[in-house]
Amino acid sequence: MRNAPAAHETEQCEMLTLVTPSDADSAPGTASPDDRRAVAAILAGDERAFEELVDRYNPSLLRVARGYVSNRTAAEEAVQDTWIGVLRGLPSFEGRSSLRTWIFRILVNQAITRGVRESRSVPFSSLGDDEAAVDPERFLPGGAWATPPRPLEAVPEEVLLSAEARARVLEAIAELPAQQRQVITLRDVEGWSSAEVREALDLSEGNQRVLLHRARSKVRARLEDYVNEAAA
Amino acid sequence: MRFLRRGRDLACREMVELVTDYLEGALDARDRERFERHLRGCEGCTAYLEQMRLTLRLAGRLEPEAIDPAFRDRLVEAFQGWAEGR
Repeated sequence: MRNAPAAHETEQCEMLTLVTPSDADSAPGTASPDDRRAVAAILAGDERAFEELVDRYNPSLLRVARGYVSNRTAAEEAVQDTWIGVLRGLPSFEGRSSLRTWIFRILVNQAITRGVRESRSVPFSSLGDDEAAVDPERFLPGGAWATPPRPLEAVPEEVLLSAEARARVLEAIAELPAQQRQVITLRDVEGWSSAEVREALDLSEGNQRVLLHRARSKVRARLEDYVNEAAA
Repeated sequence: MRFLRRGRDLACREMVELVTDYLEGALDARDRERFERHLRGCEGCTAYLEQMRLTLRLAGRLEPEAIDPAFRDRLVEAFQGWAEGR
């Protein structure tokens, strides 16, 4: 699952490949009763049911689309085509996956067929699997913390959960490489399961986890800056 | 398996790379135990895990982005055209 690592990365890579099969994930599952109701309503011409679907998934569709194209306009076009594809495909939706997974698969597939993938053939280096979760300089030669993170008890909870803290997280997510941003958006912002994200974005279990790990590590680092400022 | 040699204590530098596997339930029982054993004795890694959990909590609380009304209108129009054509 990875390129040959440079010598100094070998240790880290061995650790990352030590991934035991996880039974924590359930299967992506099939359409829920809610999904089936929504599909039936839309097929019956219920405009509000369609609007509800749009309001619910459009923001994440846009976030994910922006991983495939270079600007907002192109992303909106891709998402608009996705919704049209959803309408066209809905009569043959069989409910073998959840509705949202199915919708995101349409986005990903149409992004590919439109050729909007641009240069995103996703070389493995872009997984970010050669990046350390924490600046190596923060550890002593033996691997123990030289400058450990600050315990959160030093900062009041209302500061930790403030709008400012959320803004920092949002900012950090926005600056991530595209694939990392896609995965953390679906997993941690939208609360999808690993299995659903893998199916929607066509990722292997190992790649999904590496992307999530790098994304979370970087966002945490930015949040740590905020915690340190707040505690100072 | 060479990396997580039996019995050897994990270093903090290794802990931060295992945090996601830990939170994802992807460590086997023995490695999980080693991870937790290190955690019990290490304030720095405990703080690190706390900060990671805070990160996930905040990410789950982000406000949904508003949809551009003009964009939404176009989609509704597309829906109406689709519904009429059926």
